Amino acid sequence: MHLLAIDWSLLTEKLVLIVVVVLISLVVAMYSTYAERKVAAIIQDRRGPNRAGPFGILQPLADGLKLFFKEEIVPKFSSKFLFILGPGIAMLTAIMIGAVIPWGNKVHLFGRDISLQITDVNIGILYVFGIVSLGVYGIMIGGWASNNKYSLLGSMRAASQIISYELAMGISLIALLMITGTLSMKTMVGQQMDHVWNIFKQPLGFLIFLVCAFAETNRTPFDLSEAENELIGGYHSEYSSMKLGFYLFAEYVNMFLSSAIMVTLFFGGYDIPFVNDATFIHTIGTNWMAVFQGAVFFIKIVLFLFLFMWVRWTIPRFRYDQLMNLGWKVLLPLALFNMLATGSLVLLHQNHWHF
Amino acid sequence: MEALTNRVKPVARKKMTLLERMYLPEVLRGMAITFRHIFKKKVTINYPEKTRPFSPVFRGLQILNRDEEGRERCTACGLCAVACPAEAITMEAAERQPGEEHLYREEKYAAKYEINMLRCIFCGLCEEACPKDAIYLSETFAPANYQRKGFIYGKKDLLIPHPKENPEAYAKAKGNRIAQPQGHGNEK
Repeated sequence: MHLLAIDWSLLTEKLVLIVVVVLISLVVAMYSTYAERKVAAIIQDRRGPNRAGPFGILQPLADGLKLFFKEEIVPKFSSKFLFILGPGIAMLTAIMIGAVIPWGNKVHLFGRDISLQITDVNIGILYVFGIVSLGVYGIMIGGWASNNKYSLLGSMRAASQIISYELAMGISLIALLMITGTLSMKTMVGQQMDHVWNIFKQPLGFLIFLVCAFAETNRTPFDLSEAENELIGGYHSEYSSMKLGFYLFAEYVNMFLSSAIMVTLFFGGYDIPFVNDATFIHTIGTNWMAVFQGAVFFIKIVLFLFLFMWVRWTIPRFRYDQLMNLGWKVLLPLALFNMLATGSLVLLHQNHWHF
Repeated sequence: MEALTNRVKPVARKKMTLLERMYLPEVLRGMAITFRHIFKKKVTINYPEKTRPFSPVFRGLQILNRDEEGRERCTACGLCAVACPAEAITMEAAERQPGEEHLYREEKYAAKYEINMLRCIFCGLCEEACPKDAIYLSETFAPANYQRKGFIYGKKDLLIPHPKENPEAYAKAKGNRIAQPQGHGNEK
């Protein structure tokens, strides 16, 4: 009798899925850097990178190669172990979020139904929150280990900013959770496929979540932690070579995955809009359905990535007191109000008020 | 305190209105502006593939001219060197030997003719000083170089290609600036 029976096919299936998800996140992050430069250029009436390959699409490879060949410098008075650990944690936490995101419904291969989600944990959103909170350690440790005032300032800013905005973010999500009644990302997508997208039920919640997502990923207008013109790069000013690359990359991975989370929570995830899924899956089969779902999911994510970049090249950075004002005096009360309003509506609904 | 000039403007520190304090409307307005810029014409010129046309009076790299039979026009009189305010031009004269008539137009020629492009200010006074129409400022500029000595242009770099042996390169180097080579070179 096997007490410890290992389902080898399940293991390989999950391993393949993990590798694919990590690769996709990295490639998307890589091309986000290209897209960012292109979007910036187009918004500023320039052309952007167009030398490496047709339309400059090999530019990210060239950038990566450059970073790899740069000299790796560890400052003499830095704490060496933590200095190396910092970018590692930043990258790790960025990629780990991808584990609970449903990339599609399922595919039918080799006589097995393979779910296109690494793990469907029933506390998916809590997991995301946990990992996002850990993400600040990468910045914090890196900034502190550099033994540099500017780095420390940058990482302090990042830490206080992320902690302040996580609060509003969490509370804005509580309202959503009261409506959906579940913490599992896949179940949420299922509900949105059957009914309307959550954005229509929680517009204010989405707005708060969006603003907080900008703050969590340290993107403009909340990029105080790396404010180039005040802090010479902030927490990564002592970093060079691929360690710096990891930090920059982690930001783009974060951006990609937070877009994925926003799409999953509020925009129906892999739900194909204006299409009746039940009849559609009948005509094209499970596997093609998964391909379409993945593509639609991806398009939605790309739109969000564009939004991130668009905002970055439009508005300047907040001042630090404005940032804290916005977080604690505006977003938090708004999120609380949203939660209370949603809660009372849900209560009324349960007591047979129909509206 | 009395103002020194009447151009002083007090800084407006009015309180933000509610709409402005909400940030979002203004952010959206800004985003609309940047979105409009996506469709605007790009001002950048794809440089190496496309170049901006020079103005007709552009003064670029010097060219030592030849006459229509391909003989060097320069007689090493030294007027250009004297005219040069930056003292960028040096030359050594030599006498034409019998049998060299197809190389040099007159009986004296420049055996060595050097222009230091780091000193040259491209004023065009050499062109004006030359009685033989031998030196011209063309429509190109001195390309970058890794070494200082690379900027000292000798006869090899300055001489225009031979009009008979290499007419295409000759026409290209001649450009539109140089007047058609004339018979004597003294008409100017």
